[in-house]
Amino acid sequence: MSADTVAGVADVIAACCLVVGCLLSLIAAIGIVRFPDVLTRMHSATKPQVLGLLLVLLGLGFRLRDASTIGLLALVALFQLVTTPIGSHMVGRASFRGGQVRHDLLVVDELTDVLSREQAHAVQSNDQQGSD
Amino acid sequence: MNVVLVLCVGGLGVAALLLLVRISLGPTMLDRVVALDVLVAVIICGLALEAAVHRHTTTLPVLVVLSLLGFVASVSIARFSPGSDDVEAEGS
Repeated sequence: MSADTVAGVADVIAACCLVVGCLLSLIAAIGIVRFPDVLTRMHSATKPQVLGLLLVLLGLGFRLRDASTIGLLALVALFQLVTTPIGSHMVGRASFRGGQVRHDLLVVDELTDVLSREQAHAVQSNDQQGSD
Repeated sequence: MNVVLVLCVGGLGVAALLLLVRISLGPTMLDRVVALDVLVAVIICGLALEAAVHRHTTTLPVLVVLSLLGFVASVSIARFSPGSDDVEAEGS
């Protein structure tokens, strides 16, 4: 196989990755507009943030074919993979504790019981401190 | 390459417009944060696409910065959103 065919194949793979990544972003944006509350919108938001971005970075790597560039792209992918779960966790926690979740849409809800128990416990310990 | 370019730019452009709609509609601040986070991811995809088309590496450091910027924005807004109990719990 000559160097030209290798370059052509790599370019085709890059084009496929770029198209799939960009269409995933489009699908996720449609989901974010149409879904009813924060938690369902977060479900749709994960697609371009992780899979879409990874596919686009993979496509860029196949297109540029350079070791130092691929190192930088791997750094971007690593940052995105580490930071996205933390940010999503904090957004979901804030929305649930702020009472902005639609409870009629939830199938299983174990957190409400735990939170009410925690609050009752906190009130009790506050009362004890007051009487001491 | 032209068909690929039209498909990618069209998809990303429509996605960015829909996200702007969600950011302006709300209804809560956290909806806007989620949409803003995705908008940053779409911008990263757009910059990477531009670098792939023109075969240059000048925008790659921008990608690294943007991937951390979205995280800082969403965490800071989520932490100080009303009712999340984080700020009150630290004060007591």
